Amino acid sequence: MIEVRLFATLREGRGKIQMLNASEFACAGDIIRHLDIPTEEVAILLINGFHQKPETPVKDGDIVALFPPVGGG
Amino acid sequence: MAGAYYEKIARINLTTGEIKIEKLDLDLAHKFIGGRGLGTKILYDEGVATVDPLSPENKLVYITGPMTGAAAPSTGRYMVVTKSPLTGMIASSNSGGIWGQKLKYAGWDALIVEGEAPEWCYLNIVDDKIELLDAREYVGVKSEEIDEKLKEKHGADASVLNIGPAGEKKVLLAAIMNDKDRAAGRSGVGAVMGSKKLKAIVVKTSRTKLDNIADIDALKAATKRSMDLIKANGVTGSGLRALGTAVLVNIINNVGSLPTRNWQESYYDQAEDISGEALAEKYLVRPSACARCPIACGRVVNINGKVAGGPEYEPLWAYGANCGNNDLNVIDECNMLCNEYGLDAIGTPCTIAAAMELYQRGAIKEEECAGVPLEWGSTKALIEWTKRMGDPETELDWLMSSGSARLCEHYGMPEISMSVKKQEMPAYDARGIQGIGITYATSNRGGCHVRGYMISPEVLGLPQQLDRTVIDEKAAWAKTFQDLTAVIDSMGHCLFTSFAMGAPEYTDLLNAATGTNWTVEQVLEIGDRIYNIERMFNKAAGMKPEDDRLPKRLLQEPIVNGPSKGMVSQLPLTLPQYYEARGWVNAFPTDETLKKLGLDECIGK
Ligand code: SF4
Repeated sequence: MIEVRLFATLREGRGKIQMLNASEFACAGDIIRHLDIPTEEVAILLINGFHQKPETPVKDGDIVALFPPVGGG
Repeated sequence: MAGAYYEKIARINLTTGEIKIEKLDLDLAHKFIGGRGLGTKILYDEGVATVDPLSPENKLVYITGPMTGAAAPSTGRYMVVTKSPLTGMIASSNSGGIWGQKLKYAGWDALIVEGEAPEWCYLNIVDDKIELLDAREYVGVKSEEIDEKLKEKHGADASVLNIGPAGEKKVLLAAIMNDKDRAAGRSGVGAVMGSKKLKAIVVKTSRTKLDNIADIDALKAATKRSMDLIKANGVTGSGLRALGTAVLVNIINNVGSLPTRNWQESYYDQAEDISGEALAEKYLVRPSACARCPIACGRVVNINGKVAGGPEYEPLWAYGANCGNNDLNVIDECNMLCNEYGLDAIGTPCTIAAAMELYQRGAIKEEECAGVPLEWGSTKALIEWTKRMGDPETELDWLMSSGSARLCEHYGMPEISMSVKKQEMPAYDARGIQGIGITYATSNRGGCHVRGYMISPEVLGLPQQLDRTVIDEKAAWAKTFQDLTAVIDSMGHCLFTSFAMGAPEYTDLLNAATGTNWTVEQVLEIGDRIYNIERMFNKAAGMKPEDDRLPKRLLQEPIVNGPSKGMVSQLPLTLPQYYEARGWVNAFPTDETLKKLGLDECIGK
């Protein structure tokens, strides 16, 4: 399974966490499309805590975290 | 009148009660912009670096920038510049609200307060009139209450800056508060105000806008370009308004860099409970904004039925993960206590976290805790110790209110203090995010993130994504961020505008408002100059090269949990690169660097 963590406005209608079957997704971008999130709404994409691009492959056991544009200080 | 400056400084001697009006040196103002830069230059020239910070010889400069109050994005900011009693070095604490704008509209570029009043007093400013009034009846009154009392007396249109009980008692973590919940929070500036027996400064003005802009059309055009960028940017256009800075809790935790239990761990498994998302869901009443700010990152929350200013990311982390506490309601309450007592909402909880580690290690004994043991996550301890630090009585109260460095030193464990130059570091673990460690180590005011916010490129991807784990080019990035920040702080803009705006925008705004004709490179050079004059202030104050450091924990103890497990800070590699980028040797500028920056007066010092 892949644990997908959603944050801020990306939670609307999708919840906080989704557990997805790893065999159905080749890369992080597939997950973003599956969740029906417009690409431009994902400002930060982490796989296991490190910044990645949508084309980065995903595998069983990964934690994918998605954030919209957010900031602070 | 000179563009965007009123060319007027009030020098108030509290020992004699004399109030003198001085003309602003316009060339100097252009060379150091205003705010943080000009304030530091004034203090450097007046020899404040070598005085005892809590003596009458120290001076407090309340200073606006040329843009403060201008019709441009997020210009409601002012600076308090002084010698810090916490660090013994330069302090410049920034605050928003509306007080700074009113001071500017009243026609003052700066107030310089010196001496020590024989009795508690406050200043009442109505446009060009300044009077010193008796404040004895307000002694002991908390920040929010005195705000209300002075408004009752001077009118609802007055804006009030004040110190709470902490500042009165010269607590080294004391803040200066304005407009109830806005704080010039760091470096103990409130203690300096308390040492002068100055309780408050009330400002009223009949001016409703900055009426001395050099080129109004150019400012309108530059403002439009900046506003378009702010609106189009996801962070400044909507992100900060929706969730405030608190949204960072989950992000920083997910990159394994949320310091937990005084930095013993770097991933907090209950972060969700104290996140911006949780705050918005449970307590948020509405967002709020400082004067002239379209970003509106402020929070108004409902705490046990009381509607008040809510916590930002820093106190959420510091009273939360860093103290092993996941009770958001208690964080709200402690944040409010910091505002009421007038305490630094970073330094205070971080010192409690250090005390909790000292307790964990058996250094602080239960019998010293006067019935409230310093156990991790104890909500009672967080509330009670915040109150005690805000109005100290026992020996441990006083030690804790002096910050973690002095506290841990006292117990013979100085390395437990997660501080730089005796000021507590903020909410980003510099082992997991390499560039921010350079900012912490080299910040002229000690542990601080807003003197070169490397989190922006290293985590948020603004203006571009850097790999947080590597050190390549980080020294040069940190220097550029530090220089641009010095410019923004000196102009009077909020730093958060820089998520969307860059050096070209600030340059256009500055030129339009003041009538200067700087290039972008020249403006960044002013930032460099400001960074260097601060460094020379510190050198004169006795700073040593070894003060540019990080706590041993970050260099020698790899992160124990979460995604950044195993990482340490590579500061020993980046620091020499940084000095080279700055033209410094052994932490200080060479004569050549000083000459290049037009700081000839510092050569040989
Ligand atoms: S972004 Fe936030 S802190 Fe900055 S001026 Fe606006 S409301 Fe104030």
